[in-house]
Amino acid sequence: MATQAAIELRNITKTFGHVVANKNVSLTVARGEILSILGENGSGKTTLMNMISGIYFPDEGEIFIDGKEAVITSPKDAFDYKIGMIHQHFKLVDVFSATENIVLGLNEAGKYNLEAAEDRVKTICERYGFEVEPKKKVYTMSVSEKQTVEIIKVLYRGADILILDEPTAVLTPQETQKLFAVLRRMRDDGKAIIIITHKLHEVLSLSDRVAVLRKGEYIGTVNTAETNEAELTEMMVGKKIELNIHRSEPKNTVPRLEVHHIDCTNREGVLVLDDVSFTANSGEILGIAGIAGSGQRELLEAIAGLQKLDSGAVLYNNPQTGNMDNLCSKTPLQIRELGVRLSFVPEDRLGMGLVGNMDIVDNMMLRSYTKGKGVFLERKPPKELAEHIIDELEVVTPGVNTPVRRLSGGNVQKVLVGREIAAAPTVFMAAYPVRGLDINSSYTIYNLLNQQKEQGVAVIFVGEDLDVLLELCDRILVIGSGRVNGIVDARTATKEEIGLLMTKTDGGKQNG
Amino acid sequence: MITAFISSAIPLGVPLLYGSTGEIVTEKSGHLNLGIPGIMYVGGIGGVIGAFLYELACGNDIANMNPALAILIPLLCSIGGAILMGLLYSFLTVTLRVNQNVTGLALTTFGIGLGNFFGGSLIKLVDSDMPSIVLTKTSSFFRASLPFADDLGWFGEIFLSHDFLTYLSIVVALVVSFVLNRTRVGLNLRAVGENPATADAAGIHVTRYKYVATCLGSAIAGLGGLQYVMAYANGVWSNDAFGDRGWMAIALVIFALWKPTMAIFGSFLFGALCNANNYINGLGDATQELFKMLPYVVTIIVLVITSMRKKREHQPPQGLGLPYFREER
Repeated sequence: MATQAAIELRNITKTFGHVVANKNVSLTVARGEILSILGENGSGKTTLMNMISGIYFPDEGEIFIDGKEAVITSPKDAFDYKIGMIHQHFKLVDVFSATENIVLGLNEAGKYNLEAAEDRVKTICERYGFEVEPKKKVYTMSVSEKQTVEIIKVLYRGADILILDEPTAVLTPQETQKLFAVLRRMRDDGKAIIIITHKLHEVLSLSDRVAVLRKGEYIGTVNTAETNEAELTEMMVGKKIELNIHRSEPKNTVPRLEVHHIDCTNREGVLVLDDVSFTANSGEILGIAGIAGSGQRELLEAIAGLQKLDSGAVLYNNPQTGNMDNLCSKTPLQIRELGVRLSFVPEDRLGMGLVGNMDIVDNMMLRSYTKGKGVFLERKPPKELAEHIIDELEVVTPGVNTPVRRLSGGNVQKVLVGREIAAAPTVFMAAYPVRGLDINSSYTIYNLLNQQKEQGVAVIFVGEDLDVLLELCDRILVIGSGRVNGIVDARTATKEEIGLLMTKTDGGKQNG
Repeated sequence: MITAFISSAIPLGVPLLYGSTGEIVTEKSGHLNLGIPGIMYVGGIGGVIGAFLYELACGNDIANMNPALAILIPLLCSIGGAILMGLLYSFLTVTLRVNQNVTGLALTTFGIGLGNFFGGSLIKLVDSDMPSIVLTKTSSFFRASLPFADDLGWFGEIFLSHDFLTYLSIVVALVVSFVLNRTRVGLNLRAVGENPATADAAGIHVTRYKYVATCLGSAIAGLGGLQYVMAYANGVWSNDAFGDRGWMAIALVIFALWKPTMAIFGSFLFGALCNANNYINGLGDATQELFKMLPYVVTIIVLVITSMRKKREHQPPQGLGLPYFREER
């Protein structure tokens, strides 16, 4: 049979606790074919691939490799089935050379011979057109070179089913083109390739078929040649769901924060914010939508003074003096004093803003430790504040002296948001404040944001759920790869429109 | 005089070389074993106990003693004691993931206490006038050197006049260096110390490597204690005479930039620096103490230089001191 599937998944289901990560997913990949798996953040793409590569074991369903049922319980099993996965986070030893990393953990027959291994690496490079120096140390490599090493590593082990988890997320457009050329060559060489991505134009230009996942569910597989961006977006984001979040009309809006053409480069030298400009008005919620890691974090940190900008200005319309202050020249403390508050809820909730081992009162004091007489701290007001927050936001806690890390996620977030709101901000920024929260806690947070808006605060809300953004915000700024892809009116915009804006890159050139 | 100076620096350096080679092996697996001074101490007392029992069994008569056994019994006791300490350390830090610094320091205190306890007990047992235990008979076997060394002038005195543990220390350091840099096991071990998650993903048994490296490192370090008592101190054990050699061995690891070959030169340099005050005439008491600081001053200078040069190869293993949890997601 010419079209026998290299790998076939049948009705795979995986749950973590109550969360269904994958539900009844079935797909096939043939040799000499590139399959894209498309889906938003949290749609279960990576979980699914982790089951193929042996990191997780499916709760239900079967995996067939070359028509035979396969049981993959560990990464080693996956190796034995010639499955190689290239993770988003590279697993490389920095002080080792490329070749040392490639042969690490291998038990090749014969003597340990680095020179022979280097020759084999060179052969693989020539065959597929990789550019990597076998002797080069990993810590001197660029991100793209490191990725190349990872790919060679799996090829060296003889993998013929390759899984790449968002390989282009860290690459420049030129590097992406190079990677695609290599992937096409591998496909022509008869390898089965699965690539996880959420960039539509990449899907269209690279893959033969596209499988779409949405919130863990398998939506369908289409041939790339027979589809278009609009159809894929609709499959990806789905129909709009009514959430009935209360939204009031903005009143007395004045521009509070004006961001002018800011650029920002991260430590790896990648441009994370590229000419970003927008205005946040008082009495309005400005939503920020985008694929995770598109620069949302840097944007908020830039406003809060935590990120150094390459160029551009952040102007703050000071309601007390009526002056325009440039926040770029101020310290984070001064910015906070102006009433610009950042309530950042990063990937791990306690990482920024709260200290897990300290109780609620002490965490309140993280914002007021400069107050008090002489060397002594003022403990009474923070305690009152803590009690007030517990009361007002219905924080479930044994008492004010409970370490924050012992609270549930929702309650931790309420404490964090509550503390920042208590400072009567004029600009309030919240990133993913409802991540991981149950419905009720989420609505508490939405109401808090709405209250702030009604009190004339300029609220900036970074979210991941488009339905929420569309119902909660007044305007939505869509960010993609550090650029503003568009600012839309949340009352009239559609989910598809935002989905398309999120996934477009290069300022729309790819959309044609 | 120069010859005597160099020749005397070498046995002084040997315990340091054993200690630092052992510590390098351990640190390459990502474990900072600050218990090395205690482990070397236990290695020393282990050898003393072994030698004491064997001398007793032979009726304290050198004529009854078999040279091979006289060396082997203390050697095995020393290694055994050190490995037990290493096992304790790895159980605490690898399996239970206790903080490595705290464990190491505790192990040093424990090892020295253990050594002093047994040392004191033996001294009581023989009812000696001096607060020390004398094992010159066993020591004479350990101190045996090449018979023709004396005929070769300065060359013989510097290179050939030493005990076999001195030569063994250099061989061990060279072997460790070869294994680390030229074998698959060495590559795997270095990967474990640099980035255990990566090693784990590559199918390397991280826990096993950590255990073996720590115990092997301890065994090597223990030999340093043995060499100190049996060769350098002529078989005379007195409590706390070992001094701060263990800490110097740890400083030497940094000085050697985690390279056993560098440790060979470093240990003899340290030995010379420790001894310099005895070979420079007319030093006052205070100046002598200042001279004794030299090895540490040199270590600090090396630390400053290497951290300024920022060469990644000269940095400690990246995973040093960090417990490893397999990611549970």
